Amino acid sequence: MIRYLSNPWPWWASGLAIAGIMAILIFSGKTFGFSANLSNICSMAGLGKRISFFRFDWKAQRWNLWFLIGSVVGGYIAAHYLSSAEPLNLSAAAVRSLDKLNIPFDGRMEPGSIFNWNFLLSGKGLILFLGGGFLIGFGTRYAGGCTSGHAISGLSNLQLPSLIAVIGFFIGGLFITWLIFPLFFR
Amino acid sequence: MKTVKYLLTGIVFGIIMTKSEAVSWYRIQEMFRFQSFFMYGIIGTALITGIILVALIKKFRLKDTEGVPISFSPKDGHWKKYLFGGIIFGMGWAFTGACPGPVFVLLGQGYSVMIVVILGALAGTAVYGLIQDRLPQ
Repeated sequence: MIRYLSNPWPWWASGLAIAGIMAILIFSGKTFGFSANLSNICSMAGLGKRISFFRFDWKAQRWNLWFLIGSVVGGYIAAHYLSSAEPLNLSAAAVRSLDKLNIPFDGRMEPGSIFNWNFLLSGKGLILFLGGGFLIGFGTRYAGGCTSGHAISGLSNLQLPSLIAVIGFFIGGLFITWLIFPLFFR
Repeated sequence: MKTVKYLLTGIVFGIIMTKSEAVSWYRIQEMFRFQSFFMYGIIGTALITGIILVALIKKFRLKDTEGVPISFSPKDGHWKKYLFGGIIFGMGWAFTGACPGPVFVLLGQGYSVMIVVILGALAGTAVYGLIQDRLPQ
């Protein structure tokens, strides 16, 4: 079983498993939406005293914060006990494209040339990690959800606003990938 | 007891996100470059399954484990909010290669640099809360 789970998963198995998480939460009377936790943490930190947006009862969202803590533990378990020795099966086309950006494909989950503190503490690293994080926090609250809230939960309920949000995700992602990265990684 | 349930669901979510490789910066780049069906297959399968699930829940008026009828709240508000917010988040997704869930999953995997992404995301959320009445909603 452990050995079976450790092999790379086919895409359809991952998709079904993600829908399974949504099903568990729906049948618990909850909504699958991870980015709400960023608001919950701001509220928990007491920002509601100064900013009315965070003036809500975060304790009612404790379940989602436990889910967040679980996701950190799950990442630890998967990386330490369920990892496969095989390199990531990235497409040859993607390997070539990233090579042109001077990002060598190392077969790991994240590129070692970017995901390290030396790169992070450079100007580009701060834009990528701190700036990127800022855009994630600002954008998900503005749009009222992230991939789980809109692309999975919202679209499953055939919500037009979620479709608009997902189109937005792609406009933003394509803009950075195709127009900014060639300049950024030069 | 409930705490344990959500903690366990979160643990399973973290394992799924890792094993699906949806947390990978490489995979997100491959997706935004349309160089593989992989990520579209994951999201598409989850979505089709989700659409069937929600339709069945509505058709048979299913209840949750507490016996409360399951309801889905419609997303309201102006389209500008979804489009502009979506574009901003999409830019952050491409830069970091991670959406909010994977940011925390990667921290658990041992990528300590994600602490900086989390701090940035909390700052972004706080700034949004501060200036939200001045944005087109």
